[in-house]
Amino acid sequence: MTDNIYDLLIIGAGPAGLAASIYSSRYRLSNLVIGKLLGGELSLAHKIENYPGFLDISGFDLAQIWQKQVENLGAKVLLKEVGRLELTGEGENKSFKAYFSKNEYYQAKALIIATGSERRRLNIPGEEEYLGKGVSYCHTCDAPFFKEKTVVIIGGSDSAVSGAVHTAEFAKKVYLVYRKDKLRAEPAWINQWQQIEKQAKGETIYNTNVKEIIGDKTRITGVKLDKPYKGQEIISTDGVFIEIGGVPGTALVEPLGIKLDERGYVIVSEQMETNIPGLFSAGDMTNKSASFKQATWAIAQGAMAAASAYKYLKNTTAPAIRGI
Amino acid sequence: MSALHLKKDDFKKKVLESKIPVFIDFFAPWCGPCRLAGPVVDELALEYKDKVAVAKVNVDEEQELAQKYGVMSIPMVIMFKDGKEIDRKTGFPGKDGFVEMIKKAL
Repeated sequence: MTDNIYDLLIIGAGPAGLAASIYSSRYRLSNLVIGKLLGGELSLAHKIENYPGFLDISGFDLAQIWQKQVENLGAKVLLKEVGRLELTGEGENKSFKAYFSKNEYYQAKALIIATGSERRRLNIPGEEEYLGKGVSYCHTCDAPFFKEKTVVIIGGSDSAVSGAVHTAEFAKKVYLVYRKDKLRAEPAWINQWQQIEKQAKGETIYNTNVKEIIGDKTRITGVKLDKPYKGQEIISTDGVFIEIGGVPGTALVEPLGIKLDERGYVIVSEQMETNIPGLFSAGDMTNKSASFKQATWAIAQGAMAAASAYKYLKNTTAPAIRGI
Repeated sequence: MSALHLKKDDFKKKVLESKIPVFIDFFAPWCGPCRLAGPVVDELALEYKDKVAVAKVNVDEEQELAQKYGVMSIPMVIMFKDGKEIDRKTGFPGKDGFVEMIKKAL
């Protein structure tokens, strides 16, 4: 085996990809994980209390444990961005190649794509201009910069509401602006947020969109709403955290002809097979995750994808699996 | 050789009066992506030794510096040349992203 050829390539270093590697290594498939961000989206979660086995852990700490487990089992995690995927040959000669540059690539007979999602942007004036000057997509990273300041958080899901709770530890005032009439985060997070609202430190503005982020060129001064709140169209703020979820990160596999559903998720079978033989998918980018983006679920899919890759490569059922 | 840890008091001498470009990583220990970027920044310190001064600022300890340079989002890297800021980037773009910034400054 030359050093750039593996049985299996796993693209994506979040929960799905790392779990796929752990299972693949136990199946004795040589595998390499290539990803942009260790832990993926999860690495940005400041506090996780619903991951079984850990009472309370940060996403990044959890991801580091997974990386160690991957490495203990003999595989490697390469934190790098793949530029392009290529599929060549037929049958025995079929091979997937992941390129970084023209001559730098890794190849394998099977591939698991687990590239999660790309952060959704609002695409409103000021969003790009004030990135790093008050606009942030990582409340875990940036909330402490807003001690005794005001922050507007846009969104209503787990990441938005947990972000609002975390930010309220630092900021003097947090507004949660949501386009719908009811938050859709876990009740545990909503309860904590309600406590903050009771102290008048937090306010939720429902059925409202932010249509512009305004500032003085060097930093944000406020946000413009699409309808007045308490008679005001502008809320003065120092920070805007955008937590409006993601879109499936399928850019690498679309050129291979992978089938997506109408919302853009990769269509997979119960065994995590895509329409392309040898190409499996797991985690937030699959249609199985469209309505439930959780680490536990991504991990389950990663494990299943590894078992299916084993079956595909060895032409026999993976040791832990019966009857498929 | 790992990256130099900058303090407020040596900023003028080591950055603003530096003869070579200075690459500064503003980070905090509680920020996941910063912890990923950290070892990469140390690698760059070694690879670009004598060509670029590679440094880190812990924003928890050096709040004044972070404020002065308008750091409100981390990880953030700022490139200085001839005493002036010439480039900045928010987030961890991977090693290649950092290398690209350094090459532009050389």
